[in-house]
Amino acid sequence: MALQDVCEWQALDTQGASPHLPQVGVWAVPRGCDPQTFLQIHGPRLAHGTTTLAFRFRHGVIAAADTRSSCGNYVECPASRKVIPVHQHLLGTTSGTSADCVTWYRVLRRELRLRALREGQLPSVAGAAKLLSVMMSRYRGLDLCVATALCGWDRSGPALFYVYSDGTLLQGNIFSVGSGSPYAYGVLDRGYRYDMSTQEAYTLARRAVAHATHRDAYSGGCVDLFHVRESGWEYVSRNDAWVLYSELQKLPGPEKEGEEEATPDRAGEVGEPSAGPGPAPAPAPAPAPGDSRMPAEIETL
Amino acid sequence: MASRYDRAITVFSPDGHLFQVEYAQEAVKKGSTAVGIRGTNIVVLGVEKKSVAKLQDERTVRKICALDDHVCMAFAGLTADARVVINRARVECQSHKLTVEDPVTVEYITRFIATLKQKYTQSNGRRPFGISALIVGFDDDGIPRLYQTDPSGTYHAWKANAIGRSAKTVREFLEKNYTEDAIANDNEAIKLAIRALLEVVQSGGKNIELAIIRRNQPLKMFSAKEIELQVNEIEKEKEEAERKKSKKTV
Repeated sequence: MALQDVCEWQALDTQGASPHLPQVGVWAVPRGCDPQTFLQIHGPRLAHGTTTLAFRFRHGVIAAADTRSSCGNYVECPASRKVIPVHQHLLGTTSGTSADCVTWYRVLRRELRLRALREGQLPSVAGAAKLLSVMMSRYRGLDLCVATALCGWDRSGPALFYVYSDGTLLQGNIFSVGSGSPYAYGVLDRGYRYDMSTQEAYTLARRAVAHATHRDAYSGGCVDLFHVRESGWEYVSRNDAWVLYSELQKLPGPEKEGEEEATPDRAGEVGEPSAGPGPAPAPAPAPAPGDSRMPAEIETL
Repeated sequence: MASRYDRAITVFSPDGHLFQVEYAQEAVKKGSTAVGIRGTNIVVLGVEKKSVAKLQDERTVRKICALDDHVCMAFAGLTADARVVINRARVECQSHKLTVEDPVTVEYITRFIATLKQKYTQSNGRRPFGISALIVGFDDDGIPRLYQTDPSGTYHAWKANAIGRSAKTVREFLEKNYTEDAIANDNEAIKLAIRALLEVVQSGGKNIELAIIRRNQPLKMFSAKEIELQVNEIEKEKEEAERKKSKKTV
């Protein structure tokens, strides 16, 4: 208006939000404080503790995780699901803030479904990882914490990508995420081979998570195991972490693992005398103290 | 009363026509012929080269353009419009790779171009693009594809098609001669494209431009010499056929 221009008078913006309210996407902190540092000192403690791992090998991609949701020193839920299916051929392991992970996976699922309808086929795992990474990178600096490994099978075979909410997107053969990941990496690096059999892969994954739950306070509960094959994902088992760890302690060392795993048909046998440190020509009449029961015999879902 | 309904293209005529779009299709019919053939392991694009002025640099007149490593297109109609569409398509090909990590499928980029063209038939103050395009390429799954778009924004898949001047004649020729034998191998498919163009092009091979894409290989433009070779082969085959016929009748 002409008068407005002459007097340089600004009309009050009564339609918009009050300037005293916090802006969208920003925390309301006392004046003069930087939101990031304020949150670090005084902010709510969000749940970050977990052990998840995923690795790809010849027969697909294995995803395993513990089931303890912790909030500081308090175990929020001892039996949570940290591996989330996205579609028939795609799983995601989640670590970081549980709420963020679940929400973003729902958004990812919606986006992939829309693209599948538009293009007539689902995007590749690389495409899905890129999508998730791009969606989250718009919220950088706002304390989103989603550290996830996308495990899937697409046209290029088994595929594994690591996505972090600051925008990191990595491709790799082995990823472990969470507070228990150093312990899991130790075990994984020892036993990983691309040409493993499926049973070997299962054992390796269970062993890695069990060891991590043993040492990391924020990991525990049970060990979930998933396998993505060419035909889709499969929920292999849920084993109690402590029971699993005890069983593993009774087994001979990793060098002998090859002999044990070569006989998966022993899974159904209970109390069979073990071969012990060296192969025995005939089974001993009484069960030997070193029981060679495989972890796979523990109650499975 | 056509004149009352072609001012603003957003207006339908009483009998349901969008006259601007139809006029655009007329503009396409004025352009030089382009033909596309989908073989089993090859896709071929051939265009009629308009004769250039004496001082004009021939190489700057390109009617066959690559959109990406595995997709290319030929057009008929207004060259300037085609340039804009091709630019947008090329950007979209790379944009797709950036966001989805996969190269575009031929169908996707065709749909993009068709959507772009349709937008311009439904906007104020804009006229439709005066081009039809033949888009060829191979998808990830190794299947060859040929699509045609027109100024209205529709697109269809074809086994073989022609656009531009005398498109009808060429299409009739293709309908008669596109057989399983004709596309049995790559060379036969190339010859079919040239034969189709020779039906309507004056003065033979000099005025033909040819490009092919083979599975997992980039676009290959034929040089004048290579086209000459093919044309000579075709002439020889024609003579053979003539001789056989005359022998029979005698």
